[in-house]
Amino acid sequence: MDDHHELTAAYALDALERRERERYEKHLATCEECREELASFWSVAGALAHGAGGPPPPPALRERILEQARSERPNVLPFRKRLTVAPAASLAAVAAVLAIGLGLWGSSLGGQLDDIRAERASERQAFEIIADPRSRKVPFAGAEGNLFLASTGTGAVVLSGLDEAPEGKTYEVWVIEGGVSHRAGIFEGGGGRLILALERPVPQEAKVAVTLEKDGGVEVPTGPPLFQTITV
Amino acid sequence: MIVCAPTLLAFSSRPAKAAPMRFRDHAHLSDEALVALVARSDEPALAELYDRIGGIAYGLAYRILRDESLAEDAVQDAFLGLWRAASTFIPERAKASTWILTLVHRRAVDLVRREERRRTEPLDDAPEAATGSAEDSAWLHLERERVQVALRQLPDQQREALELAYYGGFTQSELAERLGQPLGTIKSRMFSGLSRLRELLDDGAGKESWTTTTS
Repeated sequence: MDDHHELTAAYALDALERRERERYEKHLATCEECREELASFWSVAGALAHGAGGPPPPPALRERILEQARSERPNVLPFRKRLTVAPAASLAAVAAVLAIGLGLWGSSLGGQLDDIRAERASERQAFEIIADPRSRKVPFAGAEGNLFLASTGTGAVVLSGLDEAPEGKTYEVWVIEGGVSHRAGIFEGGGGRLILALERPVPQEAKVAVTLEKDGGVEVPTGPPLFQTITV
Repeated sequence: MIVCAPTLLAFSSRPAKAAPMRFRDHAHLSDEALVALVARSDEPALAELYDRIGGIAYGLAYRILRDESLAEDAVQDAFLGLWRAASTFIPERAKASTWILTLVHRRAVDLVRREERRRTEPLDDAPEAATGSAEDSAWLHLERERVQVALRQLPDQQREALELAYYGGFTQSELAERLGQPLGTIKSRMFSGLSRLRELLDDGAGKESWTTTTS
């Protein structure tokens, strides 16, 4: 019998001893089935966390955490060498393991609907751009949001507070270069916030604008931008 | 007309947090987007995540550790782990709050085992672990009720195994010894318990039940 599979529940509940835990994590790296099961159990455990009760935290804790984080700036250099091993350093390693488990769960379920997969891939790509410390942040004028530009020129748009496009209409994003507008994606708006990877790179001296167009988008914008960035 | 003021927006799973004014910029972002910003050293994003999840996190850590200062340590360590490792988080299909609470739980369990202070009795009627707006407190209260109702619907032995492991910090071997059962039985209770709880939470059984007073 494969001992590892039946450890998934115990691992999700943190009910393994250190050595069992490490062995299970090694197994996890090679077992798709366990990763799926684990991610699902983790979200149940997350629900258990909500059921824990317990008193509210002391107000000072918030500031203490923020102060400590501030003192560790910048946290963005990967593989930064540390002179001492801080107590939370191992937590970062744990966090990485958890992220792998949770992330691979998603990709393994992705085989069903291509459009959902594409949407997810776009959001994923956008997150990568936003999360990359080398990316540049360019605010939109006329809307609440930013364009994030990776050093390679690929871009992601983060917008909030945008109404859902009216019936039969869609928002369309444009990369405007030398006065010529190139389509870079469409979206529906609504839902609070939007994160979208642009379908084409944003070169130097270009800007990014959004218009409202008919469903499915158009090849050439039919009206002035609702809002746009400054020249990047 | 088209671009509306950023007021009453829709949210994925949790109502808006009445965050302090200086951080209002981030109030409309999803947890996952906030983690992406934390990966860019965005401190207001960390603050916003703390405002959303810190209360639950501390309540969980306190339930396990039964000590204010240790619970604070566990929450602080987990949020700093998040600060350092946010760029490793992969948002596809995973909830950022689950990830953060998993970090908190792992830290709290490690601390409670080291301190040899495990406790099994339930908490006294603790005040709600919410510090935010009334809307937020209401949501947290409902979520807590929903989980507790679902837990009560589990067979006793499964619930006992889950509670001792998750809230008590006991390992499966310790549970086997404590309950006088073979290890395999404990494993199977934890597995069945989590699976059943998942069903109960998924199909909204808990959700229906909290609207009625009987169980």
